[in-house]
Amino acid sequence: MLAKRIIPCLDVDSGRVKKGVNFNNLTDVGDPVEIAAEYQRQGADELVFLDITATNEHRKTMTQVVEQVSSQVFMPLTIGGGVSSVQDIQALLKAGADKVAINSAAVDNPDLITAGAEKFGNQCIVVAIDVSKNKSGEYIVYIHGGKTATKLNAIDWAKTAVEHGAGELLITSMDRDGTKDGFDISLYQEISQVVNVPIIASGGAGRALDFSEVFKQGNVDGALAASVFHYGELTIEEVKQAVKKEGITIR
Amino acid sequence: MFSIVDYDTGNTRNLKKALDYLQIENELTDDKEKILKSDAVILPGVGAFAAAMAELEKRDLVTTLQQVATKGTPILGICLGMQLLFDSSDEYGEHVGLGLIPGKVIAIPDDVKVPQMGWNQNKAIKESKFGSIDGQFTYFVHSYYAKCDEENILAEVEYGTSIPSIVENNNVYGMQFHPEKSGQVGLKLLKEFQEVVES
Repeated sequence: MLAKRIIPCLDVDSGRVKKGVNFNNLTDVGDPVEIAAEYQRQGADELVFLDITATNEHRKTMTQVVEQVSSQVFMPLTIGGGVSSVQDIQALLKAGADKVAINSAAVDNPDLITAGAEKFGNQCIVVAIDVSKNKSGEYIVYIHGGKTATKLNAIDWAKTAVEHGAGELLITSMDRDGTKDGFDISLYQEISQVVNVPIIASGGAGRALDFSEVFKQGNVDGALAASVFHYGELTIEEVKQAVKKEGITIR
Repeated sequence: MFSIVDYDTGNTRNLKKALDYLQIENELTDDKEKILKSDAVILPGVGAFAAAMAELEKRDLVTTLQQVATKGTPILGICLGMQLLFDSSDEYGEHVGLGLIPGKVIAIPDDVKVPQMGWNQNKAIKESKFGSIDGQFTYFVHSYYAKCDEENILAEVEYGTSIPSIVENNNVYGMQFHPEKSGQVGLKLLKEFQEVVES
């Protein structure tokens, strides 16, 4: 049986991990390599690095980060943030990324998904979708780091992204992000009905039980979280044990 | 010296990084003479079967790899590199492979999500140098799998059907998962391959 994946997400700014990573056994809490190694030790199934200030300059720094992490940490790495061309995808894959996440640029130009999938295989093209409900309860796609609402319905866009060649979807509920109220189960139920690629749920993780809930009811393949892991509120081991207890296959 | 066959495929550098980390002397190369002289040859691969075979042909490496196998030098194919070791593949039409292990590469049944992406638990089928894999999870990313004789299967996983995860035919080995992305378990399997080479 394929195991469900528990995925910590790290925000990177100027080559350093930001957002209060708080492991007491690290000598340098901003060093991506050290933090990645710690997550590997805890049993993370994959790591997502997001370049939160993705200018051209930062992108070069990001490829160096990927280069360093992939020389020391031997697990799948997904990199996102500001990816807007086939060249960007190529540079990150060459540096050691296994998958590259595209967000705003995919909305602006869905052909970028196809171009990336055709050149590098769809298994390494992740389309990241930021979603918020509007007043009438419709799931709407946001871009530019959640700042700009589009007219796209999130369920339709998920389907379109897969038709264009996305090999995986990383779906963030902006409404749940940071709330620790649990994942938006109905969002994942709707999306998993229209696509047949792996889905990663993100936004809302607070308790270990939130993870088993989204695996069981949301039909997702992975669950991503940042702050609960960074601040040591939950360890990956704790989450995995709780999920396992619910009879879900976990590594 | 291990040769990693360099034919413009995705994950070669990550494989090199893992071997470097394990201090296994290796070189990324498409030089026929070097490949023929090396102690072991690793054939990585990400992407499509036909394109990969065409790229090997272009570099005149198909016969070279067949010669390496005939000489008795250990070969390890990884992911698509493993699939290339078989007779043929169904991926986007019928294509001929290296023919080093009898069998055919076919699509994963579509009643499960494709690609298989993530960690799956292996079951050892036969005793081998890679016995440490039994019960362990390794990282898979693939849409096709090898249909081959049971005698060539060392380990397998369940995903819609039984999928061979390690295969063997004399000195020719294949791993469907990515050992270089499978944490400590994967590093150990690469070490075990080194032991095969040295034995």
